[in-house]
Amino acid sequence: MLHTVNKSPFERNSLNTCLGLVKPGSAVLLIEDGVVGAIKGTAIEDQLIQAMQSCKLYVLGPDLAARGLAEDKLLDGIQVVDYGGFVDLVAEHTSVQSWL
Amino acid sequence: MSEGVIKKFMYVNRKPPYGTVYALESLEVVLIGAAFDQDVSLAFIGDGVYQLTAGQSTGGIGMKNFSPTYNALGDYDITKLYVEKESLEERGLAIDDLMEVVYEDEDEDYAEKPSIRLVSRAELADIMAEQDVLLNF
Repeated sequence: MLHTVNKSPFERNSLNTCLGLVKPGSAVLLIEDGVVGAIKGTAIEDQLIQAMQSCKLYVLGPDLAARGLAEDKLLDGIQVVDYGGFVDLVAEHTSVQSWL
Repeated sequence: MSEGVIKKFMYVNRKPPYGTVYALESLEVVLIGAAFDQDVSLAFIGDGVYQLTAGQSTGGIGMKNFSPTYNALGDYDITKLYVEKESLEERGLAIDDLMEVVYEDEDEDYAEKPSIRLVSRAELADIMAEQDVLLNF
């Protein structure tokens, strides 16, 4: 399953709830305000590092760029995708859950 | 839609009722979707568990108490309301604090059976993984 999260983890619990329910082998894509969670040195860094042991984490590049967040600030292991990559992720997974 | 493909739909409810319109809108969408003969279930996680508390009384806030509607879901063959155990516990609630939601099992002489199924976070993750379509509210 592909999970997308579009809310800041510092404002809403969407990402936290999502990570509590992801199955190993799933993918989590941070989009819109959700991209702010992908940065190194945040309060949720450890939670993301743990999630990456069984899941893949992605972040949408255009949403990072729009918020002035450079890719060298990203937590190691998080992959940047563009809109085409977003489409590929949707196509690769049998279902998508949007955590709003 | 008589010969259509039946997909597994899960509506994931994560917000308390009344403060925002999400809980009511979710219920509306569930009821509309029920007309399409799909395999529908509901999940209540996080603050969504408050949607099912017993004894909701909305007279004081001038809003309609829509909680009795959950008991109508059985008539639309929606009989699976999954409530996450951890979410209840985190909020100081237990299954006894929730309203009774039942459906009539037509295969067993219309015996009343509970629709609410208490599941752990891990069990719910498994159930979610089996779904074709998931809609968050």
